[in-house]
Amino acid sequence: MIEVERAGRSFTHRRKAGVLRRERHVVHAVRDLTFSVAPGEFVGYLGPNGAGKSTTIKMLTGILTPTTGRVRVAGLDPSRRRTALARRIGVVFGQRTTLWWDLPLRDSFELVRHLYNVDQGDFRRRLAELEELLDLGSFLHIPVRQLSLGQRMRGDLAAALLHAPSVLVLDEPTIGLDVVSKAALRAFLRELNAERGTTVLLTTHDLGDVERLCSRVMVIDHGRLSFDGTLGDLRATAPEESSIEDVVARLYTGGG
Amino acid sequence: MLLAWTWMRASYQYPLSAAMMTVASFVVNALDIAAIWVIFAHVERLGGFSLPEVMLLYGTAGLSFGLADLLFGNVDRLSGHIRSGSFDTVLIRPVSPFVQVAVDRFSVQRFGRVLQAAVVLALAVPQLDLTASRAWMVPVMIVCGFAIFVSVFTLGAALQFLLTDAPEVANAFTYGGNQLTQYPLSIYGGELVRGVTFVLPLAFVNWQPALFVLDRDDPLGLPHWLRFASPLAALLLGLVAAAAWRAGIRRYRSTGS
Ligand SMILES: Nc1ncnc2c1ncn2[C@@H]1O[C@H](COP(=O)(O)OP(=O)(O)O)[C@@H](O)[C@H]1O
Ligand SMILES: [Mg+2]
Repeated sequence: MIEVERAGRSFTHRRKAGVLRRERHVVHAVRDLTFSVAPGEFVGYLGPNGAGKSTTIKMLTGILTPTTGRVRVAGLDPSRRRTALARRIGVVFGQRTTLWWDLPLRDSFELVRHLYNVDQGDFRRRLAELEELLDLGSFLHIPVRQLSLGQRMRGDLAAALLHAPSVLVLDEPTIGLDVVSKAALRAFLRELNAERGTTVLLTTHDLGDVERLCSRVMVIDHGRLSFDGTLGDLRATAPEESSIEDVVARLYTGGG
Repeated sequence: MLLAWTWMRASYQYPLSAAMMTVASFVVNALDIAAIWVIFAHVERLGGFSLPEVMLLYGTAGLSFGLADLLFGNVDRLSGHIRSGSFDTVLIRPVSPFVQVAVDRFSVQRFGRVLQAAVVLALAVPQLDLTASRAWMVPVMIVCGFAIFVSVFTLGAALQFLLTDAPEVANAFTYGGNQLTQYPLSIYGGELVRGVTFVLPLAFVNWQPALFVLDRDDPLGLPHWLRFASPLAALLLGLVAAAAWRAGIRRYRSTGS
């Protein structure tokens, strides 16, 4: 479903160094990344701040064009076949909404329906289902700007699923959510993966997400993959009594 | 298109205010032509052209620009989308990013300019007693001018991928281009006219084809065939603009977070 082969992305910064001189300075956000995700997998993507998680997600969704290597999602090159891919992938950013600030949630969904050209019958059926599972009913008529973070997140998730994508990627979906909202979100994602077989890749700093959801964990650090395996494998990298936090902390600091 | 309509319906809950904005834009643009009338109160000819002839130039340029601005003018807000991060969202949707940016907050009030230019053109044409063998060029030049201005808007937007902090630079070309083409190019210096003929082909919006419509000699003595070259200029500029836009998207770096 997702294939990444030696993909890299760098950013060039130009810094002033003196009056007219400018220094070019290259940041390798992701380098030489290789992994693949099979259909139906639920993958957690971990890494410290600035490790390259969001950059990876943006390459998978066609937002950023990789500077090196090859990326395929649902058989498509994301940056070249952006619109074709959009119909098969759902994207959620925890830090930023994809909805329209001024519009009530219901109107946002209606716009999404037009954008994705979703058939009216399918749309009604899916919305009714999502409305129930994500408990959207009480705030469908409220402008997005006035929603609480938990409500907005559920709205964003519903919007990303209205076209029934086969892959869902989420960048820090649980950031800032309270315990109850988190639990609801996790239950929903677990069901989506188990019942529909939707492939899910999510980045998070919350190891609870990983423990409760992910069959597989990947850890990225300084733009390189430093671990890829099951949760059990991950635990096995550290002494037995370590908590999952300790295990991950060891990986972040370069294997201890 | 459907999306633009939804936008209008969703964001225009106040049809009265929309109508008033349209009228306001009509009036503001009418001041433009008033300036031309004031000039002609003092002189017989401007750059060798009579009032109805200048009105023809003004009307065709205004119509071309107005339509381009109405439909695609919003692409000059690209840098705002880039800085706020909403361009990421645009890129994950299955509709051309160009169309999405163009229809975002689509506003009908720009229709005022189109209307005003159409009125000026409608006033000018009967005074010129054109023959059909020359008048056919008028619709052609409006369409080509439209395509050229859309391309200029696109180039300006593509430039904003590089100069995220300076959208004004791009606006200088689009709105400046409109101002420039409202008057006979013969009032400007030869260097500038050559520039807008061979570099950024604004001369083909209305100037060159109008020389044919009005059956005039080129004050700069440029080749005669240029007056039929508007479709070619529009096509070339369109290709360049499309390539620049694509290159811009490939270079897009999103925002760090
Ligand atoms: N648009 C950008 N321009 C310049 N540098 C960026 C940009 N986006 C990310 N970076 C840099 O790339 C690195 C990885 O960032 P990111 O992928 O956002 O990390 P994460 O999501 O894991 O916290 C960081 O050093 C960041 O500063
Ligand atoms: Mg991030």
